[in-house]
Amino acid sequence: MGVSKADEVDDGDNIVSSHKEGLEAPVKTAVDKFQLLPSFLKVRGLVKQHIDSFNYFINCEIKKIIHAQGNEKVTSDVDANFYLKYLDIFVGEPCVEQDYIYEPITPQQCRLRDMTYSAPISVDVEYTRGKEVVVRKGKDGKQEGSINIGRMPIMLRSSRCILAGKNEAQLAKVGECPLDPGGYFVVKGTEKVILIQEQLSKNRIIITTDSSGSVAASVTSSTHERKSKTNMVVKHERIYLRHNTFGDDIPIVVVMRAMGMESDQEIVQMVGRDPKYAGILNPSLQECAALKIYTSHQALEYLGSKVRSRNMFTKQKRTKVDEARDILATVVLAHVPVHQFDFRAKCIYLAVIIRKMLEAMLNREAVDDMDYVGNKRLELAGQLLSLLFEDLFKRMNAELKKSMDATLSKANRSTQFDIIKLIRPDTLTNGLEHAISSGNWAVKRFKMDRKGVTQVVSRLSFIAALGHMTRISSQFEKTRKVSGPRALQPSQWGMLCPCDTPEGEACGLVKNLSLMTHVTTDEEEAPLIELCTTLGVEDLSLLSGEELHSPKTYLVFFNGTILGVHRRPNRFAEVLRKLRRAGKIGEFVSVHVNPKHRNIQIASDGGRVCRPLVIADKGVSRVKEHHMKELKDGFRTFDDFLREGLVEYLDVNEENNSLIALYEGDATPDTTHIEIEPFTILGVCAGLIPYPHHNQSPRNTYQCAMGKQAMGNIAYNQLQRMDTLLYLLVYPQRPLLSTKSIELVGYDKLGAGQNATVAVMSYSGYDIEDAIVMNKSSLDRGFGRCIVIKKSVVPMKKYANRTADRIMAPELQSSAKGGVQVVARQQLQDHDGIAAVGEMIRPGDIYVNKQSPIDTRNNVNNPMALPDSAYKRTPQTYKGAAGETAVVDKVLLTSNDENHFVVKCLIRQTRRPEVGDKFSSRHGQKGVCGTIVQQEDFPFSERGICPDLIMNPHGFPSRMTVGKMIELLGGKAGLHNGKFHYGSAFGEPSGHADKVSTISATLVKHGFSYSGKDFIYSGITGSPLQAYIFMGPIYYQKLKHMVLDKMHARARGPRVVLTRQPTEGRSREGGLRLGEMERDCLIAYGASMMILERLMISSDQFQIQVCTKCGMIGYYHHKLKICLCSTCKSGDNIATMKLPYACKLLFQELQSMNIVPRLTLAEA
Amino acid sequence: MADASSGEHEPELPPHLELQRTRVVCAPDAPSYTESVQYSGAYMAYGVDNSLRIEDFCKNLRVEIISMNEEDIEFDIVGIDAAIANAFRRILIAEVPTMAIEKVYIANNTSVIQDEVLAHRLGLLPIKADPRLFDYKSEEENANEKNTIVFKIDVVCTRKGERVLNSSVTSDQMKWLPEGSEMPFNTMTKFTSFGSSQKNLPGLPAEGISCQYPDIIVAKLRPGQAIELEGHAIKGSGNIHAKWSPVATARYRMLPEVNLMEDIQGKLAEELVQKCPTGVFDIEDVGTVKKAIVARPRNCTLCRECVRGTDWDKRVQLTRVKDHFIFTIESTGALRPEVLFTEAIKILNEKCHRIITELS
Ligand code: SF4
Repeated sequence: MGVSKADEVDDGDNIVSSHKEGLEAPVKTAVDKFQLLPSFLKVRGLVKQHIDSFNYFINCEIKKIIHAQGNEKVTSDVDANFYLKYLDIFVGEPCVEQDYIYEPITPQQCRLRDMTYSAPISVDVEYTRGKEVVVRKGKDGKQEGSINIGRMPIMLRSSRCILAGKNEAQLAKVGECPLDPGGYFVVKGTEKVILIQEQLSKNRIIITTDSSGSVAASVTSSTHERKSKTNMVVKHERIYLRHNTFGDDIPIVVVMRAMGMESDQEIVQMVGRDPKYAGILNPSLQECAALKIYTSHQALEYLGSKVRSRNMFTKQKRTKVDEARDILATVVLAHVPVHQFDFRAKCIYLAVIIRKMLEAMLNREAVDDMDYVGNKRLELAGQLLSLLFEDLFKRMNAELKKSMDATLSKANRSTQFDIIKLIRPDTLTNGLEHAISSGNWAVKRFKMDRKGVTQVVSRLSFIAALGHMTRISSQFEKTRKVSGPRALQPSQWGMLCPCDTPEGEACGLVKNLSLMTHVTTDEEEAPLIELCTTLGVEDLSLLSGEELHSPKTYLVFFNGTILGVHRRPNRFAEVLRKLRRAGKIGEFVSVHVNPKHRNIQIASDGGRVCRPLVIADKGVSRVKEHHMKELKDGFRTFDDFLREGLVEYLDVNEENNSLIALYEGDATPDTTHIEIEPFTILGVCAGLIPYPHHNQSPRNTYQCAMGKQAMGNIAYNQLQRMDTLLYLLVYPQRPLLSTKSIELVGYDKLGAGQNATVAVMSYSGYDIEDAIVMNKSSLDRGFGRCIVIKKSVVPMKKYANRTADRIMAPELQSSAKGGVQVVARQQLQDHDGIAAVGEMIRPGDIYVNKQSPIDTRNNVNNPMALPDSAYKRTPQTYKGAAGETAVVDKVLLTSNDENHFVVKCLIRQTRRPEVGDKFSSRHGQKGVCGTIVQQEDFPFSERGICPDLIMNPHGFPSRMTVGKMIELLGGKAGLHNGKFHYGSAFGEPSGHADKVSTISATLVKHGFSYSGKDFIYSGITGSPLQAYIFMGPIYYQKLKHMVLDKMHARARGPRVVLTRQPTEGRSREGGLRLGEMERDCLIAYGASMMILERLMISSDQFQIQVCTKCGMIGYYHHKLKICLCSTCKSGDNIATMKLPYACKLLFQELQSMNIVPRLTLAEA
Repeated sequence: MADASSGEHEPELPPHLELQRTRVVCAPDAPSYTESVQYSGAYMAYGVDNSLRIEDFCKNLRVEIISMNEEDIEFDIVGIDAAIANAFRRILIAEVPTMAIEKVYIANNTSVIQDEVLAHRLGLLPIKADPRLFDYKSEEENANEKNTIVFKIDVVCTRKGERVLNSSVTSDQMKWLPEGSEMPFNTMTKFTSFGSSQKNLPGLPAEGISCQYPDIIVAKLRPGQAIELEGHAIKGSGNIHAKWSPVATARYRMLPEVNLMEDIQGKLAEELVQKCPTGVFDIEDVGTVKKAIVARPRNCTLCRECVRGTDWDKRVQLTRVKDHFIFTIESTGALRPEVLFTEAIKILNEKCHRIITELS
């Protein structure tokens, strides 16, 4: 292909020629477009949305922020001549400061050393010093400013990250896994991901119905300066404006009046002269007349009286009218610009809202669907960070101003004032770091206070981490019992995964992106607006109200604001699209012609979801065989396809203007686009499932949740990492029945499961309720064996009085044989007092022989020379269940960025599966191991194949996981074919999934039954079974839930000090509670002695002395050996009784509150 | 089966019962008559004696070796019950002892592979040592030359120019220590107390003891990493841990029989030959007509292709002979497969003796 210019010219001709070709040429076989996918993922990566968004923030948004009005200049109230102006801002390369030297750091170092992977933010400034103006700039050509104002946590694999653009070998050098997608931050050693937040569109008119069923409109305006929400409601057939700056609902016509629309005719014209609209608008007009508001001034006075008084101490008093006008201009519908109180644009906007409402009142179908994905925006790391950054930047400037004013106001200063010295980088550094590490996003300016925005990246398995990056959390409260936002939306086709959502309260609210989804970033608006005008959009200011809704024109919206009207909407849209395909305007600009609403929506804002599709001209795909060949041979990348206009991104709105064919063969002359691959509608987690389209849908959802709990490989650098908890499989395998998604995400390289030969039959009765029977010899040979690694961190504290913790060599004692030996419990230590790698460690063993100074407050003269007596022993003992042995896997001695010494120990356990461990196939079929059977007792086939596990056939009928059966067949055929079979979703027509018929033919060819059922002999009796058994390999995952971690029983044990009742919970070796319901059973049964025994005698029985006279609790005097009542001062009427200690405690607590509980004894 | 030796007119079973007694019928939906008829009086009504007589058994028992090499054997046993055949199979898998590494003393392991996993892998290596020359070792017993075989691995991976030496540790790098353990290094008392060198053990082959296969990868190393360990192999049986199982697998199948219920000619005959993936059927030219015959019934894997489709189950009947077993043993290498089988017989014999003594 030539240069893009030539393309653009030829564009029109292309349509014709290719169309001709389509008619004449015989129907060719569809072009296999699969190859586009890997190349798409190669250029964009799996978590491109996060990285793109962060890059945009770092490279563009941050510059806009410092140049924004109110941010750019810091001035002084004291000295009018003084100013500081930010010229430019840069985010540098990640580095760490050590003894005033900056060294580059790697993410892996940060993880290990509990540091933050961050880069300095530096600025170029211009300011006054004394009489002169100083400009300080960083070195030319370097991405570096002169003054450091803080540190920015850097997203891994973003353009600033050192990992960007590195190949596999280079990544290995810096200790990073090439399959790790990046897209998260490392803050204080923990990996944090900023979840994608789903929100309603900003700056768009959304028509809804309120709880009473009447029509309402809402617009959430959002600009850099201000966020506000404007509502319009219908009450008694009249329209009101509701805004929280006004105490009351304001009649809409009054608002229009206030904006300068003094004649009713003008208002009606603007809304639409059509009698059907005018009719409903009438009551609103009349109300205004009833209020006797005829002029703009009257209206403003009315509004002024309704303004909610805001406490404004600083501002000079303004009149109510001014205040109202100001609010109308800047707060109400803030995103519609008002220059010099020229309200015309805003009036038109209001009129359009009113018109939409009226339309909705007439026709309920015109109400917008809140759950429609096109009305949603996804907020990504970059946007969230920019909000936070701007807030912190403002705060930093405010602080700067404050300290500057303080210094400047001092009468005589000894040195010349230099503002640079006052800049405190801590505000930004700590603010950003703290927000990401805690997940609390508080921006006071916008009244934003979100919790849980970030999460620790789940490193349970590779898929869990990947799935975490694509997760979208919704702003809806989880408790609301609404079905709308939770339901599957047709418009999320191809954008959001239909399978991957959690069960339970967050069901449907937490979503996941599909494989090819892209989330847009903001795009420069001004050139686009200019382009629109050039292309014939008639500007608003030139139009009368009448012309606005003329039947010949369409309204043109640009990012929610009204640009004007256009007479040839379809032609306009077509030209815009052509320009986009030619690369003249951004590839993510979307154009949507809506004939129903008679408008064109052009969007270039960030947060829209979109996906690539192949363009078709009159149903003929633009991507041809030779393109694909060039791609395969490496002459072409995905970006070339985009640039040459073969493929384009469509967002949800523009999809509505297209007719998308699933396959090339299905295309009709009306078809505008063709899907690249149908299985890309699924996300990363659902992509692992073979033949998901044959399963009952909830099963796929279950698997999406379970795939994240499966043990396996986490990353190539898994053994270099120091995770708090790490589950690894000893012999992970690649699934025999693969899918294309598996290969795209790299699951075949970091598998989390094993191919088990499964026989579907009942065996032994230990297989009820989905339990599986396992073959002992398989377990002996390593099936399901896993490694659990736990981290324990020993921080070596430094105290205020300059003393510090220390580690001592293991203690010695004289042994029985003479000579010396290390005392018990410390034998695993090396000479340095830290456990040696490779040593066995048992519960109670001391793995770090630490000592702490006793006195940490008072000053010590020479902290280094403290005597031994000044230290107390604070050894770190290993706490694990008795009888378990573990091994010290790794010990890391390091220091964090505050120069605190840290010892991290990994303790490893290798476990073989045991009864009760949880396993699952890839079809949402989980089950625990019911029993483990000797191999000789297991059934065997004529070829001597003995299954690894037996699954009960009752698992199938109710679950309807046909995909699992096909997986078995395909796997079995694959074994004998010597190749991996595929089961990609919806893959049969395109050849990405093997058909059952071909699999069956393969089986037959190798001497098996076409049905996969084998002739099996019983291992116990030796004679054949009276049924053919469905047997073959299925990929099984071992889930993290293991009996060893959960098993708990207690006969006697620790008690809580306060109540003397048994402790609670496994970790405290607690008792097993006989709860309320169990108690109810016993009551109903009448087992009173049992209740007494369980609830008192075995729990917290206590003997007290009660004075029968006063009813108070007495005591037993041990010296005098008599019982006494301290109230009556006598021992005459004392009775002894038993009661729960907690009851006694209650009496005493009541007494402390001046309440006297008296015990009245029936018999004593 | 019934022989004319004991009388002129031995009563006979009707054919359908005879079929049920002697054959497993493998219908397309499910096999039937899979159990053998044990009760001696099962066919009393027909006057047929179903009891097992030792003379008959001795006379009918037949063993025929089909193929045999170092590792595998395939032979037919005719005239025994499934229970007996299964007993041999079970004993072969779980009770014939072998030697396998049970204890691993690791002096150094800087490879990526964890100590436990490395030990587990070593345990699974098949060791070429005749277990009959060794005794079982109990927990209390000291390791001596009669109950323990000691191996050592001492490998350091180095870089030599472009090449990386010892990048993978294979089973042939496991060296036999006939004199016993060398560990612990710094003391005189070792983990084993060998009275004499194992080299002098009678019956040991000249090349000594090693792993059966030299090319099994035990671990992989990168330059600078090293493994130094000692593995102590003891005698054990497969029911304790699969590593002591002397066979990869031992299995049998009943002799397939394919019966044509009617003459299959012409097109149908060709279709039948086409259907069978293992070539059980052939076509015979009888004059001008082509007729299907069952040429190689032993090949049948019971894929049921020949009985798939309408009416085919009426034309072809698949059966298995209940007392004819095609036995296959795949040895892991410590003993030759035929020796394994005789060992299995010995163990069964012993068990029987034990029961007899218990009973009497
Ligand atoms: S069952 Fe299969 S292998 Fe056996 S004869 Fe029929 S077609 Fe051939």
